[in-house]
Amino acid sequence: MKKSLRERLAVLSDAAKYDASCASSGTSKRDSSKSGGLGSTEGSGICHAYAPDGRCISLLKILMTNFCIYDCAYCINRSSSNVERARFTPEEVVWLTLEFYRRNYIEGLFLSSGIIRDSDYTMEQMVRIARDLRVKHNFRGYIHLKTIPEASAKLIEEAGLFADRLSINVELPTDAGVEKFAPQKHPANIRRSMGALKIKIDELSEPTHTKRRKRFVPAGQSTQMIIGAEPTSDATILKSSAGLYSNFSLRRVYYSAFSPIPDASKILPLTKPPLVREHRLYQADWLYRFYGFGMDEITAGKVDGMLELNIDPKLSWALSNRDRFPVDINRADKEMLLRVPGFGVKTVMSILMARKHRRLGLDDLGRLKVSIKKVKAFIEAAGWTPVSLIDRGDLRDMFAPPPEQLVLL
Amino acid sequence: MKIELRARGEFTEWRDAAREALCAGVPPRDIDWNAQGGEHGLFDDLSPSPPWGIAPAKVQLSPAMGWGEGASVSVLGPPPHPALRATLSPKGRGEIRVPPAFLTLAEAVICHSDPARFDLAYRLLWRLQTEKHLLGDVSGPDIVRAHAMQKSVGRDSHKMKAFVRFKELPETGDRRRFIAWFEPEHFIVARVAPFFQRRFTDMDWIIATPKGSAVWDGDTLRTSDEAAEKPEIVDDTDDLWRTYFAHIFNPARLKVKMMQSEMPKKYWKNLPEAELIPDLIRDAEQRVRDMAEREASNSMPKFHAALQRRSFPSPPRGEGGA
Ligand code: SF4
Repeated sequence: MKKSLRERLAVLSDAAKYDASCASSGTSKRDSSKSGGLGSTEGSGICHAYAPDGRCISLLKILMTNFCIYDCAYCINRSSSNVERARFTPEEVVWLTLEFYRRNYIEGLFLSSGIIRDSDYTMEQMVRIARDLRVKHNFRGYIHLKTIPEASAKLIEEAGLFADRLSINVELPTDAGVEKFAPQKHPANIRRSMGALKIKIDELSEPTHTKRRKRFVPAGQSTQMIIGAEPTSDATILKSSAGLYSNFSLRRVYYSAFSPIPDASKILPLTKPPLVREHRLYQADWLYRFYGFGMDEITAGKVDGMLELNIDPKLSWALSNRDRFPVDINRADKEMLLRVPGFGVKTVMSILMARKHRRLGLDDLGRLKVSIKKVKAFIEAAGWTPVSLIDRGDLRDMFAPPPEQLVLL
Repeated sequence: MKIELRARGEFTEWRDAAREALCAGVPPRDIDWNAQGGEHGLFDDLSPSPPWGIAPAKVQLSPAMGWGEGASVSVLGPPPHPALRATLSPKGRGEIRVPPAFLTLAEAVICHSDPARFDLAYRLLWRLQTEKHLLGDVSGPDIVRAHAMQKSVGRDSHKMKAFVRFKELPETGDRRRFIAWFEPEHFIVARVAPFFQRRFTDMDWIIATPKGSAVWDGDTLRTSDEAAEKPEIVDDTDDLWRTYFAHIFNPARLKVKMMQSEMPKKYWKNLPEAELIPDLIRDAEQRVRDMAEREASNSMPKFHAALQRRSFPSPPRGEGGA
């Protein structure tokens, strides 16, 4: 008997939950006040709900189908898995997106799919969904399509005309990993697709005299890699991220702690997902993108190339580079202020502004909602010099939580 | 000097009073700002009447809020002319000039529900007359407090954009109609309503709250600052949404604290999906354990075998046990 729409929604959202991204930010600003249609994007995304796993629910994240002719070991949808299968028609995906959107449950759609028949056939159906949403239904909400790496360049280009973001997953941090766990995928093809997309994005964002710029994937491309399914070190992972950011101008690299799946392949670890490790990788990634850190600085001198789990990578860097501290908050430049553990980008901007008015002391920082306890060992301020603290041998212990609190679960 | 205000988030109400006081040279400590509207329930005795032709179950809103005939309250006037943005006074009268950043800040502060907001905003205005760089003093106590209020109003506005849930009403004309009930912390309805207008342009909607309402009919956006009553409406699509919410959750990654800091419990009562949360949390561990205990099956789907024959004619590859 054919499954009801609701039953299929259950299967196809179950299948989509291992994808980490749900972002709806960073796209062009637009709304429906002129078109009289439906939907808007306002730069920063909106999380319309949070699941008890703490993840933001911003988009309707579903698979078009979880039938798949590939057999990637880490994937719940691989052909050798006994998972329940289902498939939406393109019309059903369009209907669900619009009805969910109208009730303000979501910012838009994140659509991926198992590969049915072949890559082009699958990609074509996905493009059709995006096109119908935009053209037939005048939909201006957010659309993220996960592209099938082997699909033809023409289809990917067409997808880019309708989608805010396209992603191509590198799946695993090393080529050897991909070859072992996703034997039908080819790292070289994945990179080729990413490169082609980058060139297209660059080309179309180049303003010309005669034509108005076409809208083409305004929120750029992103990727995801699975962490902890095989024994790659954090240093290798982060190095590969740095390469992805610089070679393909990716907006985001998502790290997804390998999470046990039903009917898992026997070659995989059936353990709790390494959530703390995933968290540290995101922090490192953040330091690289917004705080001016190099990936090599972050992982320098780490045992086996692994980030410490019990303290965050910024504090870890500060503790190994004590000669760079204390930082005088009334005189240091922005770059160095950003390296103080406990200062965020906003705090640094406030400090730079406030210090034009007076010499700042610890009480000023307190009013800026900075945790004095956390920062005072690393800074100098009006009426405050931490000399004795920075030299303390037990500085690390003052910050590191007792070992039994290590697990985030 | 005592100044009475309705205090329902309307900026011009405070601005006009503040302008007069400042022109008369009344220092902040001599003004007793008296807010009437801070309390809930003040406007609860509205005569209930269904705002649309047919009468769906128990929708009760102020008569002024209906779509169509004679609805009148328009709190949002036309946006001020850019040249006027930076001045608090109409031409001709004693000019009070403030930096544009003050207007942005004060507009947010006035929406806050803290009765002390009027006093604080006036004190800032007063001090600005002599301390030209007051706003840059971001670690000074008054500015810190104003920023905290602005932030709280901003967060509440953001949560309103996120957590309003529209429910569909029976169709009557060619436009679809929806209604939402929301309970904001501050007086932000008029401030956030244009967002919904830009987004849900092709449908009619009402957002009703205890702190005011907004109505869009495809033509005009109207807001009122009067308290509305909670409508009781069932929308079947909520079931599909709950299905999605339950299945997009990964029980192996339970992080309840993280969820609650972003989706505080005070919002749960108006979120259709929230009723599922306690069960999802309770069953999570068992689900993960079951998953781990259930060994990977040795049999594989038939189509997998067929695929293997198609793509790997000679002995299948190792590891996975295909
Ligand atoms: S191709 Fe995608 S859906 Fe198919 S098995 Fe591999 S990861 Fe899963």
